[in-house]
Amino acid sequence: MNKQKVVIGLEMHCEMTSNSKVFSSARNSYNELANDNVAPLDMAFPGTLPTLNKECVRKAILMSLALKCSVPQYFYFDRKNYYYPDLPKGYQITQMHDPIGVNGKVIIDCNGEEKTVLIHDIHLEEDSASLDHYSDATLIDYNRSGVPLLELVTEPCLNSADEAVAFLEGMRRIYQYLDVSDADTKKGQIRCDVNVSITDEDSTTLGTKVEIKNINSFANVREAINYEVHRQIKLKEEGRYDEVEQETRRFDEESGTTIRMRGKVDAIDYKYFVEPNLPKYKITPEYLDKIRKNIPMLPRDRKLNYINKYNLTELEASLIIKDKDYADYFDESINIGIDVKSAYNWLVGNITSYLYKEDITLKDFFITPTYLKEIIDAINNNTISSKQAKEIFNESLSTNKEPKEFISNNTQVSNKDELETIIDNILTNNTKQIEDYKNGRTNLFDYFVGQVMRETKGKANPVITKEILKDKLDS
Amino acid sequence: MTELGIVKLHEMLKNGEITSDDLIKESLIKSHKLNETCNAFVTIIDDAKSNEVTDNLLSGIPYGIKDNYSTKGILSTGSSNTLKDYIPFFDATAVANLKASGAVGVNKTAMDEFGMGGTGTTAHTGIIRNPWDLSRSCAGSSSGSAAAVAAGIYPYALGSDTGDSIRKPAAFCGIVGYKPTYGMISRYGLFPFASSLDTCGVLTRSVEDAAIVVDAMKGQDQKDATSWDSRNIHLYESLNGNVKGKKLFFIKEIVDIVNYPNATEALIKHLENFHKSLDILSSSGVEIDEVSIDKELLKVIPSVYVCLSCAEATSNLSNMTGIIFGPRGQGDNVFDMMKDHRTKGFSPLIKRRFVIGSYILQKENQERYFVGAQKARRLIVDKMKELFKTYNALILPVSTGPAPLLNTEKDQLNDDDTLLLEEHLQIGNFGGFPSITIPNGLINNLPVGINITGNCKDDVSVLNIAYALESKMNYKDMVVKDE
Repeated sequence: MNKQKVVIGLEMHCEMTSNSKVFSSARNSYNELANDNVAPLDMAFPGTLPTLNKECVRKAILMSLALKCSVPQYFYFDRKNYYYPDLPKGYQITQMHDPIGVNGKVIIDCNGEEKTVLIHDIHLEEDSASLDHYSDATLIDYNRSGVPLLELVTEPCLNSADEAVAFLEGMRRIYQYLDVSDADTKKGQIRCDVNVSITDEDSTTLGTKVEIKNINSFANVREAINYEVHRQIKLKEEGRYDEVEQETRRFDEESGTTIRMRGKVDAIDYKYFVEPNLPKYKITPEYLDKIRKNIPMLPRDRKLNYINKYNLTELEASLIIKDKDYADYFDESINIGIDVKSAYNWLVGNITSYLYKEDITLKDFFITPTYLKEIIDAINNNTISSKQAKEIFNESLSTNKEPKEFISNNTQVSNKDELETIIDNILTNNTKQIEDYKNGRTNLFDYFVGQVMRETKGKANPVITKEILKDKLDS
Repeated sequence: MTELGIVKLHEMLKNGEITSDDLIKESLIKSHKLNETCNAFVTIIDDAKSNEVTDNLLSGIPYGIKDNYSTKGILSTGSSNTLKDYIPFFDATAVANLKASGAVGVNKTAMDEFGMGGTGTTAHTGIIRNPWDLSRSCAGSSSGSAAAVAAGIYPYALGSDTGDSIRKPAAFCGIVGYKPTYGMISRYGLFPFASSLDTCGVLTRSVEDAAIVVDAMKGQDQKDATSWDSRNIHLYESLNGNVKGKKLFFIKEIVDIVNYPNATEALIKHLENFHKSLDILSSSGVEIDEVSIDKELLKVIPSVYVCLSCAEATSNLSNMTGIIFGPRGQGDNVFDMMKDHRTKGFSPLIKRRFVIGSYILQKENQERYFVGAQKARRLIVDKMKELFKTYNALILPVSTGPAPLLNTEKDQLNDDDTLLLEEHLQIGNFGGFPSITIPNGLINNLPVGINITGNCKDDVSVLNIAYALESKMNYKDMVVKDE
């Protein structure tokens, strides 16, 4: 058999952050209490009507522009009609005819290589309610009903599970950097449909496409793709490729396999038509310009910036941009004058381990870049040792007090005259040890250093102390 | 007293001749009586409380609410078994606005199920009868509202109009039916039939009352994105009867008797009567032209209406599953339960519309039927807008004569012949145009109506023309007399 090429297309659904839902005034927030964030529309009570959250439109346009999509002249919605217990209205308000963005592209890095992923479209829609299945009943939670969703559809241009996951991770960062979504898979904020087919490597036609619906983590996306590719290749190898059917499957987490849901002939006709309750309106070029001007630098551009401008390695830069809070912290640190190396080391060292230990994020972290600078400056002008710096760092965090306060109490004794007086005093009282030292017990040097430290309660500048001692003992 | 108009009642309330309590009681007693003969109500609100009389013309005065308006704490069924026990927890915006004016709702009027009918025969509470002649139809779907206002139970009742659901029942019951410009009154809380056509409105016994009530109902609503700011429009204040120099047109292909070689005696009289009304307007200084419109374009109106209204309806009523509200269906799984709820809950007529709507929206049919209908709608509206550049309004007779008998399945005439005369009011919904029907005569002791339709947001012109015509005829404040 010819070598096979894998072709993957993704549909990525991402819940947006916003104060209220996309078509109702109910709160849009993660809520453990079921059926708490609910307005009458979210349960489709008769006579309720959708009203548009313009902030969601702004964010949708922002994403569209960031992905270099073309934006339509008019903004409007369509209805996607189908019956399901999690869909109270019996239709989903979405964009089918004129999505907010089409024909875009985004560059991702996968295993050290650059790849351009083509975006078919991105559109704004509403989420459904969530169903909680129990052995004897299914409960419906309408908190999610009407939560704004962005659905992003790629062209079939990805060629491996690695690329698919790299794309999803790259996109997740973009959502976070643009403050469009928290993009937290643990909270179910990202869900994916994956289309997988295989074809002969030199072929220009695509094989039979199989859709795997509603995968809720990136790890499962990887597993589902790998399983599906394996399944399709095996059938082809056995000369049974005609058994690969255009169908919809689901990923079964327990077995790590995909399971058939329905075939092409059972495909649902969603009977799309234009939503009549939300009037079409014009997206003005001025509005687009305003949004375009405020697109923040995307994570990948920031990474390249770190590599080119600050000489960070690819790995170091990747670590910083992984999380927008990190990149922002890092940028601010540099902006206020912390040197790149210190900023990087503190961030991935002490700060990361503290955050990890306390299980908090940088948003809740007490030591701002300004406070960090107080510590780093103190080290650089030899006011404190790096060991003291770590202690001050910890004390500042445990007391929620500015590091400065601890630095003044910790002033190192660096004054040469002062140290000489102390050292002379010690030497006078330790004549026997001096003799032993001069007779070859050179390890006694550390004994003298220890004496100075004891005398100064550890505040003596070790470098200067050693210099003076060496001078005096070896003369 | 309840057969009087709003201004007169307000005056009497103000100077203490009557009390709000008197009016409410009288209205409730009459409601029960009418319900025995006409089946006009789903609910009579026996514990309706009188209201303080303020300077607001509507304060303390009873009125009726079509049962497809959501009313807080009061059964709202849309005359459907799917909602037979549904008690909403919020008021429709129009109802809330009237409440704020001090108006007192005393009953919920029966209607064709969810507004999807023109006969008054599909309400879950039974056939609604015309108080002028109990063997006749009120038309629909605002049948109960029309019957109650004609019977003098109160000065006004709310209606909704998707094709002609306010304006045709008004004609058959000898009263005024006013559908304002689309979006003038919020639809929030109105059970939807076809959202792009649905309009809230009112049935009254005078143009003046229609203006007063819509002034109180209207207003931009945060909850309805299709509503618009009409603060600068004051309908009641703008009624001056001055129509000199106004220009009207009627459509030759609909009105000319030569189109109806098999015309009944009633139709002949109805069209003659229509021309008499035109003469009255002419003598008041109104210019009236006969305009010819391509019959091919006019002929598609009823099919365009069926396509668009059924398509939207099948989607709009997909929330009726019996899961969140309405009687829970039986079944082994949730899909069977939904199916059971809908199978038992909806009348056959509605199901037929759903089937048509689904068929039209199917992928393979959309382009041909749905998109085709949308294009035709656009052509019809464009044609009207073009004419509205020259004319203030379109004037046409309503239907082919008085209310038909309930037991006749169809008109005696071939349906196709008079279809346009029966369905032309749908033009008003295609364009969202303001449109009013007023009574303009009696044929065999049964009322007939005339309709005036104008350009969007020009409700004032439409009302003024109707007001002028009404003042020159004897059909204002007509009430069915007890035999």
